[in-house]
Amino acid sequence: MEAALNDKVWNILAAIMDPEIPVLSIVDLGIVRSIELNNQQLTVSITPTYSGCPAMDIISMQVKMCLLNAGFKLPIIKQILSPVWTTDWITDYGKQQLKAYGIAPPIGKSFDSAYLEDISVPCPQCNSTNTLLVSQFGSTSCKALFKCEDCLEPFDYFKCH
Amino acid sequence: MLNKIEFLLHLADNALIIGHRNSEWCAHGPALEQDIAISNISLDYIGQARNFYQHAALLINQLPHESSVSSPPATEDTLAYLRDASDFKNHLITELPNGDWAFTTLRIFFFSCYQYFLYQQLIQHEDAQIAAIAEKSLKEVTYHLRWSSDWVIRLGDGTKESYQRMNTAINALWPFTQELFQENNFLQPAKNILAQIQTDWNEKIKNIFEEAGLHLPEKSIQHKGGTKGFHTEHLPIILTEMQLLQRAYPNCEW
Repeated sequence: MEAALNDKVWNILAAIMDPEIPVLSIVDLGIVRSIELNNQQLTVSITPTYSGCPAMDIISMQVKMCLLNAGFKLPIIKQILSPVWTTDWITDYGKQQLKAYGIAPPIGKSFDSAYLEDISVPCPQCNSTNTLLVSQFGSTSCKALFKCEDCLEPFDYFKCH
Repeated sequence: MLNKIEFLLHLADNALIIGHRNSEWCAHGPALEQDIAISNISLDYIGQARNFYQHAALLINQLPHESSVSSPPATEDTLAYLRDASDFKNHLITELPNGDWAFTTLRIFFFSCYQYFLYQQLIQHEDAQIAAIAEKSLKEVTYHLRWSSDWVIRLGDGTKESYQRMNTAINALWPFTQELFQENNFLQPAKNILAQIQTDWNEKIKNIFEEAGLHLPEKSIQHKGGTKGFHTEHLPIILTEMQLLQRAYPNCEW
């Protein structure tokens, strides 16, 4: 695909926000795996964060609508499972956006080492590390619920996955 | 190929039925955080079921025409909503009614522990899509196992009543545990792999029970038959509720 067109598609995708976390684009979330253009046929491959994530169907539809609006005819949105999505694919900018939105970004790289009880998650409001795990499952599958013992605010933590 | 399709339906049915059971707790959990936790766990299970059903449907539709004469194409929905209880291949442990919180969390502990070791084996499956679903699901199951382990320890090592309730749950659920490791008619996973899963499962259960101050029951009667379509009376009741809309209004859409 020619570079200008490639950039155009990525720019379109970078403007599509996660429906659950409206400050995070699907590119910064790291779920866009590839874009391919063959004979005018555009295929975008995205990978789900969690098997049962209800946002995936909405995201697929949004991607399709935006590409149609931009003049791509019948784009194909493919959901692929492998390679499996990991929080390592959230961009640094995405992590800053999460924090600014009040969600503590994932800490550390590897999934297995990230036992929730053993990590200290800084509060996204006051940066204190004097925080407490309230529940391993938060408002969505990808988050855990924490509480700050200093500013007393509850907050979501984006789990390593 | 037929064995593989049956195996996929078995994996999907297991995830769907235990997911449906857990979802019955939604809005009835003992505390808001736990209500959210078990609803999220249910969502993971239903998502896994969807992935397995979708792959099964793809393979079913590729079968030679004679084997599916005049039947419409299979989809994840026809497989979940239009099969009868005797077609379901889930393990019996997934269909038992929820009971109390001890029974529910112990069931998730036993079952997610089994899935945790099963999916680790399936990551090497020759079918790349089965391997991909297993790899994805394993990450979720790791959280389920950790959450349910915490509850087994908390209730076992808790009050006199919670300890007693956990013991009642162990006695009720143990007769349904060994079916998980029994050779089935679709011959997957292979016998030696099932034996390995069982060894790993036993070790993990033993460790968590020790920490919880709980004891494994003596030998007991073991129920089986789920993978062959012989179910308890509870499965048709789940299906009656779950399939009602598609049975009453075929092809209706949300």
